[in-house]
Amino acid sequence: MSEPKVIRGKAYILGDDIDTDQIIPAEHLVYSLDDPEESKKYGSFALSGVPLAQAGLPEGGTPFVKNGGWQSTFRIIIGGKNFGCGSSREHAPYALNKAGALAVVATSYARIFYRNSINGGYLIPATSREDLSRIYRTGDEVELDTVGGVVRNISQGLTHELVPLGDVAAIIEAGNVFEYAKRMGMIATA
Amino acid sequence: MGQTLTEKILARHAGVDSVQPGENVWVTTDVLMTHDVCGPGTIGVFKKHFGPDARVFDPEKIVIIPDHYIFTADLHAHRNIDILRNFVKEQGIRYYYDPDFVTSEGYPSPYKDPSKTHYKGVCHIALPEEGHTRPGEILFGTDSHTCTAGAFGEFATGIGNTDAGFVMGTGKLWLRVPETMKFILHGRLPSYLMAKDIILHIIGEIGVDGATYRAMEFDGEGVFSLSIEERMTICNMAIEAGGKNGIIPTDELTENFVRSKTDKPYTVLRSDPDAAYHSVREYDLARLEPTVAQPHSPDHRALAHDLREVKLTRAYIGSCTGGKIEDFEAAARVLDGKQVQIDTFVVPATTWVDQELDNRKVNGHSLREVFLAAGAKIGPASCAACLGGPADTFGRLNGPEVCISTTNRNFPGRMGSKAAQVFLASPLTVAASAIRGSITDPRDFIG
Repeated sequence: MSEPKVIRGKAYILGDDIDTDQIIPAEHLVYSLDDPEESKKYGSFALSGVPLAQAGLPEGGTPFVKNGGWQSTFRIIIGGKNFGCGSSREHAPYALNKAGALAVVATSYARIFYRNSINGGYLIPATSREDLSRIYRTGDEVELDTVGGVVRNISQGLTHELVPLGDVAAIIEAGNVFEYAKRMGMIATA
Repeated sequence: MGQTLTEKILARHAGVDSVQPGENVWVTTDVLMTHDVCGPGTIGVFKKHFGPDARVFDPEKIVIIPDHYIFTADLHAHRNIDILRNFVKEQGIRYYYDPDFVTSEGYPSPYKDPSKTHYKGVCHIALPEEGHTRPGEILFGTDSHTCTAGAFGEFATGIGNTDAGFVMGTGKLWLRVPETMKFILHGRLPSYLMAKDIILHIIGEIGVDGATYRAMEFDGEGVFSLSIEERMTICNMAIEAGGKNGIIPTDELTENFVRSKTDKPYTVLRSDPDAAYHSVREYDLARLEPTVAQPHSPDHRALAHDLREVKLTRAYIGSCTGGKIEDFEAAARVLDGKQVQIDTFVVPATTWVDQELDNRKVNGHSLREVFLAAGAKIGPASCAACLGGPADTFGRLNGPEVCISTTNRNFPGRMGSKAAQVFLASPLTVAASAIRGSITDPRDFIG
């Protein structure tokens, strides 16, 4: 993944402790991650484990992916604390990516989800200093600028600061951990 | 300044004298474990980045244990087992535990005799049974509960497919050195408490993100008074507090266990007396009470006797957390001579545990006899309904059930239906609750 430095799109708002069973329920983990057609299933079921009342806050009742489709109209997911907790399934950031999500902005992450997102190059897990899930509304137009270190809510005219990415910025910049390791001379260039 | 056990293991595997929390290091791998859910994806990553003819870094250091979706008619699940089989053959992987009874389409007929199959069952329990957990080592696994193996004095943590694919090709991985939180357990557990109560108490106190990015080291005479299996229960749920790893220093009991399973050499490491900890917490085990995690989070703590009004429809005893032989011995101690009032599912973690259900006895009856006489249903060894799984999974919550379970997670929909509610508790509490049909303190049945 070599995404542009600034990501813009509609925001989808979730709460605290969004676990990987909610991101992709375990019954769907049987599908191939490598087959281009079969893997679309992961897009179809992305965030399908979120109880409907909490899906797309503050109102709820908005599935991330419309029934029957595999692509979401939302590009940026906003969460509270401990986003991606639970299972180590890489299918979680993979499913969000498959549905078209490019980034998550949350106040904190569970570490395996964070690693998987970056090392697999699926999406940018940005960390906000303030809990934006209490401020932003599902459908708001949002712009994420990880280089400038800010996230802007165009719809509400707000700008919030991000925590710097630190060491992992180099892996995100390279695209994934394999590309990073090649740049570092850790593994041979294929 | 001294170093913690976790820091010492990471330093040794990074080829340096010492490491600092927060530092990123590349470490070598002693064992990489994967299973049927994440193995195919890991193999896909490995082939994509290292090429279709690439060889794994060491076929003796990769352990593949199918366990998640075995007893299902799901075609994709069967296909995934075949992917593992082909890879094992192609790469000469030595440690592979095949569900050899999965041979054709449809729901497989489970093994008839658990002693006559290559299949083991739940990976985190099969790993120590088969001698793959050793002090001082680094174990990576494509499953968040890989942290279970910290009970053997090693660094064990869960990783995703990309990281596992990377390890498969290079034998290495980058890690951020975690700060260590120390949990000192004093005293001994009374007969009505189990390790599950300890860890649910701790998670309730520090929260589901209370140990994120950190190592959880357990120490004190209380932890060393616990059996190996009970130590595994504690380390198993480190991830439920967000921990990178749980770890218990090696003692004579650990060494005796490991030596009985493998003759591979290992190095016992210990925390220095002047090691720096993120924090130190102390607990008096005798003062704890039977503890429950309420829906929908492992940190939603309550005491069993405060939830007497909660009516249940289902009880479940199984998984890497609560499906070990001592978990069933505890449950049978309560269930002996009693009848369950609600659907009660018993799932041994491994085929060895399944065999032991016949060999171990309570008041002259085998555990299997006790469970069947009480009206419980016993399924074959597997992860089964702990994580829901395909719709035909044994014990899966397919509707608005209210379940009490010995498993480790109760997120919305974790055991199947989003409409279900799951309470987590010890095998003693689950067994007592099955008899009443409502949440019950095991002290009502045992002293």
